[in-house]
Amino acid sequence: MNTQKSTVVDVTARSTEKPLLSVRNLKVWYELKRFGFLHAGYVKAVDNVSFDLPRGEAIAVVGESGCGKSSLMKAILGLVHPHDGEILFEGKNIWEGGREAMRAYRMQVGYVQQDPYGALPPFMTIKRILEEPLILAGVKDKKKRLERIIRSLEEVKVSPPEDFLNKYPHMLSGGQQQRVVIARALIRDPKMLIADEPVSMLDASVRVEILKLLDEVQKERNLSVIYITHDLSTVRYFSERIFVMYAGKLIEKASTHEILHNPKHPYTLALLNAISDPLAENATKLRDIPPGEPPSLVSPPPGCRFHPRCEKAIKGLCEVKEPRHVQVGERHTVACWLYDEERE
Amino acid sequence: MASPDLKDKALVVEDLVLYFKLTHGIVQAVDHVSFSLDKNRAVVVIGESGCGKTSMGKALTRLLPRNVSRYSGKVYIDGVETMSMDDETYRREVRWVKISQVPQAAMNALNPVLKLKDQVMEPLLLHYRNVSEEEALEQVHEVFDFVGVPDAFIERYPFELSGGMRQRVVIAMALITRPSVIVLDEPTSALDVLTQANIYNVLKRIKWEKGTSFVLITHDVATSSELADDVLVMYAGHMMEHSSAKEFFDEPLHPYAKMLMAAVPKLYGDEDLQFIPGKPPSLLNPPTGCRFADRCPFATEKCKTEPPTFRVGDRFVKCWLYEKDADEIVNSPQELAGVQE
Amino acid sequence: MGFLKSFFREVRYYPSAIVGLLIIFGLVVLATYAVIAIPYHRAIDLWRGSGNIWYRNPKNAPPKWVNYFRDKKLPETIDLDSRKQGVAQRKEKPLGKGKQIELTFHFNYTADEFPHDMVIYFYPTYKAKPPFVTGEWITPDGRKIRLGNFAVTNGFSFWLNQDKKLRSRIQRIFEREGIPAQIALLLDPDSLPKDPNVAVEKVARPLKGKYTIKLKFLTFEPDSDVNAEYIAYGGVYGLAGTDHLRRDLMVGLLWGAPVALAFGLISALVIGIATMIIAAVGVWYGGIVDDLIQRITEINMVLPFLPILIMVGIFVSRSLWMIMLVTIALSIFGAGIKSYRAMFLQLRESPYIEAAQAYGAGDTRIIFLYLIPRILPMLIPGFISAVPSFVFLEASLAVLGIGDPVLPTWGKIIQDAQSNAALYKGLYYWILEPSVLLMVTGLGFALLGFALDRIFNPRLRQE
Repeated sequence: MNTQKSTVVDVTARSTEKPLLSVRNLKVWYELKRFGFLHAGYVKAVDNVSFDLPRGEAIAVVGESGCGKSSLMKAILGLVHPHDGEILFEGKNIWEGGREAMRAYRMQVGYVQQDPYGALPPFMTIKRILEEPLILAGVKDKKKRLERIIRSLEEVKVSPPEDFLNKYPHMLSGGQQQRVVIARALIRDPKMLIADEPVSMLDASVRVEILKLLDEVQKERNLSVIYITHDLSTVRYFSERIFVMYAGKLIEKASTHEILHNPKHPYTLALLNAISDPLAENATKLRDIPPGEPPSLVSPPPGCRFHPRCEKAIKGLCEVKEPRHVQVGERHTVACWLYDEERE
Repeated sequence: MASPDLKDKALVVEDLVLYFKLTHGIVQAVDHVSFSLDKNRAVVVIGESGCGKTSMGKALTRLLPRNVSRYSGKVYIDGVETMSMDDETYRREVRWVKISQVPQAAMNALNPVLKLKDQVMEPLLLHYRNVSEEEALEQVHEVFDFVGVPDAFIERYPFELSGGMRQRVVIAMALITRPSVIVLDEPTSALDVLTQANIYNVLKRIKWEKGTSFVLITHDVATSSELADDVLVMYAGHMMEHSSAKEFFDEPLHPYAKMLMAAVPKLYGDEDLQFIPGKPPSLLNPPTGCRFADRCPFATEKCKTEPPTFRVGDRFVKCWLYEKDADEIVNSPQELAGVQE
Repeated sequence: MGFLKSFFREVRYYPSAIVGLLIIFGLVVLATYAVIAIPYHRAIDLWRGSGNIWYRNPKNAPPKWVNYFRDKKLPETIDLDSRKQGVAQRKEKPLGKGKQIELTFHFNYTADEFPHDMVIYFYPTYKAKPPFVTGEWITPDGRKIRLGNFAVTNGFSFWLNQDKKLRSRIQRIFEREGIPAQIALLLDPDSLPKDPNVAVEKVARPLKGKYTIKLKFLTFEPDSDVNAEYIAYGGVYGLAGTDHLRRDLMVGLLWGAPVALAFGLISALVIGIATMIIAAVGVWYGGIVDDLIQRITEINMVLPFLPILIMVGIFVSRSLWMIMLVTIALSIFGAGIKSYRAMFLQLRESPYIEAAQAYGAGDTRIIFLYLIPRILPMLIPGFISAVPSFVFLEASLAVLGIGDPVLPTWGKIIQDAQSNAALYKGLYYWILEPSVLLMVTGLGFALLGFALDRIFNPRLRQE
């Protein structure tokens, strides 16, 4: 097996110019300790993930809970230190360069979380909440800060902004809260936005609003976005590319259109299959679901991690050797032996 | 859907009212709701948060908080009227015997310090005195097998299981006494897509093989179609529409239902998503007239008075738009529930 | 600001809180008045009794309002000082090198009981030769009793009950032995018991009416002058009574308020804030820092608090500030750290903390601007409820004899009362007054604290 750290080129990326974010062989492993100090193995939440994110592109990372997408996001945000691998932002490793470099990097990234109420400090007014990132960015002039706050509230369509400045988060509806979270993420004009399940805790009718808002904002500002979700049915409205993640690995990377109309990996197929469109006939038949559950990340199955649940598993191959990414279409790669011509 | 005889229906609800008392006023959570559910069918109660659907679930199983202000109406389960029973009789003869519940965030409803087998056995031992512990344990094995929980888990504790597994255990607990009706409140809201589909498979099998009837309460319109035979749309404590699933998912009648459907993200298709501007009214002081009027694109002057429920074919709609097309205006709760006295 | 407004709106619903607030407000007013009316150093001087300040007060006298509950009214202290304007009539006539001065005092006796004691203080001015005085006592019914003749030296005072000559005179007049002067001079002769075996004190009644004391002075120098002060020590004094050193207990009771409040509030506040910050720091940095703090706390919690305080009091210093310092030092690493830690551990996982880290907030900022404000509302009821225990601690230490030696505090008063066998002597006011104040203080803070707990801790609210 080729162990040389090659320069991974993401063939699914839209442009060939230097990507904004480049993740290379990222491993986020958490150490397990017995009795508080004895080493007892690793939880391999993210295991050798690589991809490029160009300027202005929105990608979605899709996977179930426990697949490692939260850890991936935390590593990209610099909240957790990777075990191995690199995260390059504008060509520079975010972990090299000490605290100053990390602070500069953080100014360029906005973070939208899942729980809109939990993401806002309940004891701060909206104005204060939005002021914090600006204060940290060194904007000393109070008037300037207020101007920017009002502008960002207008951008997320919380209006009239003046009415909301002195309100507390609990006085706002779920949708409004999430808009404030988005405003906070954008207030320093970042180049990249990370959104972790931004609509899953909102009501059905509000989800659409927020997704549309995110879409608008992304296009206007030419933001690179990583949208993390388990709900495939929303990605169509908001992302150009989809990465499917399973048990710590990216198993399929393709444009949204390709994933929806030409899915290759058996897991991707299962995901698509499990999503219901509102049709009465759904009640008349059982859905075809792969049996079992996602594997433990401490001791994942050898070879392809999906093989115990895969009905198309190739005996003698899938449970032994880990598949690598192969190109199966335009801007479409998949890590599956079924499509790898070089399999024995 | 409409079968005139009480005894043929699993559940008949007439004029159900549930109000709560808060320090600042009265919350009219369930405001005169009537419907019926045939045997071995599932009705899905759809609505956003704050529409009163969870309260309705509680009203059906009489699991009420202490600050109830008004609780009235008639609830017939398997033809027997239960509202007139006192609490002790209800507890002995109805709850978990005729009707059981899978509450919201059910995965957290398991007692963390008890083994699973003890918890799942408990309803059986409580309600059926002549069942021995061995027989009960056998039942536990059987029901676990049915919902898809491996045998070994019987001796485990809740924290050792994943969310999906715990949800199956809670469903098993609701099922073990073979009730006629199971009420489920957001059974899959915190679960992943694949696990969700698995759970619905389990529910479908229960419906087909055990003959149970379901009341499924959820805000997730798309997945509700997996189980629904009938659909009931709730908004601000009122029942806005009641149809068969086929007719509903093809073309909802009520403007709110239409907008709700248009807001459901679909995997394929080209339509743009629509959202509903504004937010639902507070149940504390609901507006007079149609409660959806301020958000409804079709609202007229007439909507300032509360519309009656119109019957259009086999469907019920509470909207002035259908005044002309309606076959009749439905006045009595019995008619709404589709039963004759 | 908005927080305060909503706070007061909530408090309205809790009558116990309003009562508590009123009590505390009253205490604060009392304390402020005490500190303003009797500044710190003056209070210490007063309490030390230096310079014989209290000589005008009776010993161990209950407060004036006790008379409301008695049918036999106790007399109030009569204090006639000729140095004050209009108190005594003064007639002067030059005589030889000096003067003849006549001072006449009048007073109206209305009480049903006799005074405890009587004394005349003299304030002469002279260079070499002291003036000479002759005193005469005139009863309302016209009887005249000679008090005596004396040379009025500096600092001379005539304690009527201790003068042998006056005693024998009284014996001759009333044909009985052993009648104390303050009774004999004021009694109604008709109330004397016929039976010589019956004690006079039990039966005799004072004669009510206008009494006169005539003091005739002779001075022997041109600039020599003299003034006199007649004091009949009453049975009651002032609003609070007096103690064994004739000190007006009001001073002690008044000053006890700011001491109690200061000790209680400062200790509770400092400990509360310090505990909260230390717990937050420990939780946020985790690892060794957290372990260290927890171990220190556990060791500290095992140490015996009161014995250590007593030892410090005995071997180091009994000053209030020292006691407060040691109390605070020992209490910071206590149970509070554990309970705050539990709360912070939960809060640390909050999404908004993660968001703050993501937009670059540093550790200190997160601790003080994001974690602590969340806990502050819970700090307040705890802090208020803790005040009484510190107030009682200070009082207990004083009762044990280890209190501040110079400051007048409630505990000190109780200790004085106890070591002077107050209860045995029937001097209930001495113990009751400081005790009631202590209890009311405790009550006020407890009421407010519990109500605040219900306001700030939503789980305890009744919906």
